[in-house]
Amino acid sequence: MDDYPILEMKNIQKAFPGVLANDNISLEIRRGEVHALLGENGAGKTTLMNILFGIYHPDHGEILINGKKTFIHSPQDAINEKIGMVQQHFALVPSFTVAENVILGLKNFGFIIKTKQVEQQIKELGERYSLPVRPKARVWTLSVGERQRIEILKLLYTGANILILDEPTAVLTPQETRQLFSAIRKLVKEGSSVIFISHKLDEVLEISDRISVLRNGKNTGTLNREEVDRRTLVQRMVGRDVLMDQEKPKVEPGPVKIEVKDLTVKNDKGLTAVNNLSLEIHGGEILGIAGVAGNGQKELAEAIYGLRPIETGKIQMAGEDLHHRSIKKRIQSGLSFIPQDRKSIATCPNLSVMFNIFMKNTIPGLKKSSAWNIQIKQMHEKTRELIRNFSISTPSSKTRVRYLSGGNLQKVVLARELSSNPSVIIAEHPTRGLDIGAMEFVYQALLEEKKKGSAILLLAGELYEIFRLSDRVAVIYEGEVMGYTPPDPSYTEKIGFMMAGTREDSIHEN
Amino acid sequence: MKIKIEKRLNTPRYLSLVVPVVSIFAALLIMFVILTIFFMGRIGSFQGAFSETVSAYKELITWPFFNQYGLYSTISKMVPLAFVALGLSFAYKMKIWNIGGEGQLYMGALAATWAALFVFRGITSPILLITLVAIFSAIAGALWALIPALMKAYAKTDEIVVTLMLNYVAIFWVDYLVYGPWRDPKGFGFPGTAAFPEPAMLPTFFDGNVHIGIFIAIAFAILLQYIDVKTQWGFNSRIVGDNKKAATYSGIKVKKYTIISLVVSGAIAGLGGGVQMMGMQHRLMHGFSPGYGYTAIIIAWLAKLNPIAVIFVSFLFGGLLVGNDQLQMFYKLPISLISIFQGLVLFCLLGGEAIAAYRLKIEKAEEVPANE
Ligand SMILES: Nc1ncnc2c1ncn2[C@@H]1O[C@H](COP(=O)(O)OP(=O)(O)OP(=O)(O)O)[C@@H](O)[C@H]1O
Ligand SMILES: [Mg+2]
Repeated sequence: MDDYPILEMKNIQKAFPGVLANDNISLEIRRGEVHALLGENGAGKTTLMNILFGIYHPDHGEILINGKKTFIHSPQDAINEKIGMVQQHFALVPSFTVAENVILGLKNFGFIIKTKQVEQQIKELGERYSLPVRPKARVWTLSVGERQRIEILKLLYTGANILILDEPTAVLTPQETRQLFSAIRKLVKEGSSVIFISHKLDEVLEISDRISVLRNGKNTGTLNREEVDRRTLVQRMVGRDVLMDQEKPKVEPGPVKIEVKDLTVKNDKGLTAVNNLSLEIHGGEILGIAGVAGNGQKELAEAIYGLRPIETGKIQMAGEDLHHRSIKKRIQSGLSFIPQDRKSIATCPNLSVMFNIFMKNTIPGLKKSSAWNIQIKQMHEKTRELIRNFSISTPSSKTRVRYLSGGNLQKVVLARELSSNPSVIIAEHPTRGLDIGAMEFVYQALLEEKKKGSAILLLAGELYEIFRLSDRVAVIYEGEVMGYTPPDPSYTEKIGFMMAGTREDSIHEN
Repeated sequence: MKIKIEKRLNTPRYLSLVVPVVSIFAALLIMFVILTIFFMGRIGSFQGAFSETVSAYKELITWPFFNQYGLYSTISKMVPLAFVALGLSFAYKMKIWNIGGEGQLYMGALAATWAALFVFRGITSPILLITLVAIFSAIAGALWALIPALMKAYAKTDEIVVTLMLNYVAIFWVDYLVYGPWRDPKGFGFPGTAAFPEPAMLPTFFDGNVHIGIFIAIAFAILLQYIDVKTQWGFNSRIVGDNKKAATYSGIKVKKYTIISLVVSGAIAGLGGGVQMMGMQHRLMHGFSPGYGYTAIIIAWLAKLNPIAVIFVSFLFGGLLVGNDQLQMFYKLPISLISIFQGLVLFCLLGGEAIAAYRLKIEKAEEVPANE
């Protein structure tokens, strides 16, 4: 890292209707550094980066690249200035191949596209930075991790040397995160600069050279890695200490609330994703599912909820077979689902927060409401109450949710799913993209539901989260349960073996 | 100084009023030039052509909107437009693009004629007969829309193509009937059926100049507005319109919503056909609609799918049609010029909408870096 600032953002100001997203922010990026941007949900991180990438234009302020004042009007301008960005919710064309997606959007390509050549170059780039991809594969067949590698290679392909990565690790498995970090290290060694956004403090502390913390649209200052620890960062971000690792409440398990028997489910490609799987969860119990992403977690959740047909087997809720129950009936009998893909299935981007809260019509407490006389006013009131309770940062209950920050969108989904007195909750990556305070809030909310007697199926990528919440841990591999362990970090190694496909009983034998 | 065009993040409210008004003015202005050139060819002098155009314009605006009898015609003309546009907006809310309003209107008219002239021949009670005829026309429109609805829900067929094709089928079917089996033997060979019996004609007011269809249309607009903002259906239809996957996830049966919205949309357009028969035409004729079903698409769109706004926009377009008839009659303008005018209005409106999505931004000179 040199002290030489390759990029300076000075006094950047950006207001949206009802919010000052960036308030006089100055930021300096040096050559060859990993610069982390931290901040609570809605602090303005994505907005600031969108300004740098030319998606938004600042109301005030200027950008200097290599000391020279530069105007970035569009992402094309940014690319010309060798700035690249991987969006928080990235967008590839699923029916195209990897190579085609890389080519897409490159202007200086002429009319004849040399796909072969591009494929070769992508492959080489991938090998050089240890980001393995298959250039000929169609994007829809790839995992999120692979998709993200493509996004990054796309930037490298355009020649970017300032890389903006907006919460890249939120969707990655721990192994993929390792891979990404070694690529980042290689890149900065070669003189590129990386702006890294994440809510995971351990990652930030591991990879970054300097850290800037945003709070309410302001930059609270840039710190060197050596000067900080977890606690100072949290205090800077939230303005107070966040209590963590409290005791789990002890709840006497009730009767079985949900039971899955010999379930087999196929994935989108038509291959078996859940294989003859059985499990049961009692009321007042949280069952954590540990496993490498793509081992049937998503399909299991969707099958229970009714979004995916089942091949064989049975799903029972409170002793009743769900087989011929519509999703609506399942919702009415208290099934709640927090899907990992909140943008495309769990929310309506162009509708207001209120619509998204009442989307399932499950929030109790409306007076004199009927199908022929819905009470919009009361619904807005109730929404405002939830906005307060879940501290969703939004200008109003009438704001379209597409304008919310990533974390706040997730809070809207959580507010809806946890406020309906659910009896069974399927929680798929419930804290993905949330800041520390919000994460802790969600843990409390889930534990609260558990105390009230809900059965909770927790599908999370992070073992930390699973240990923190679950009463039992099931390890899944290729759609089968390999075995169970208590929720304790001392079992991490055993879980690791099972995640790689070794059965519990065969571990004992060795 | 530097002027820059950038896309708006959100469109301010006032623009939804300003854009159509400015666009219509622009269309009137361009048409003024075209008309003047046309009249120059006819009259020879620029002076004469100019004053002829001015007086034509006076006619175009004063007659349909400021003259008692012109107003009557405007109101009569707007009724079928309003019905079809109300029906279309209902489906468009869910992003289901029914462009078969014309065909549904024709089928409604056909069923109304069948009911009035054949099925319920002997009935003499006006209330009973009118109700039955209205029901028949609505059902016919609904069935005509059911075809694309089922195809869309179960075979994923594109509704735009199917509804459009069915327009031609409906029109040819009506033509077959009015030229063939249903032709009035006492009609001097004119392609139309016999007149409706007295009890199947809608009551009128203003000395028989306006029929009550306008009130039915307004009542429907209010009902549809209520459904939109106060019922679970209206609420859910927005969810379906915005994100079908999220709707499924919410337990909304997207197929059911698709089918119902198209069918209701067709029923309202069909009812419009029945009302037009009972109130205005009193007989089914070849080409009784000068493309109401297509004009209605523009109306629904301009009204931003708001049922109450549909009534007002229909009034404007009704007036435009009346004014055009007037020009055609008194200034002997060829029909093609009238079509040009309608095309211009549409063109300016679309252009206006597109331009309104952007805004000009003026940057101060000192911000421009030296190397630019
Ligand atoms: N296009 C927009 N229109 C209106 N408001 C917006 C828009 N984009 C962002 N905002 C608002 O600006 C604020 C900052 O949002 P931003 O996305 O930058 O937050 P963030 O720090 O990236 O949060 P997260 O960690 O949740 O992703 C939020 O209150 C958000 O609602
Ligand atoms: Mg963000």
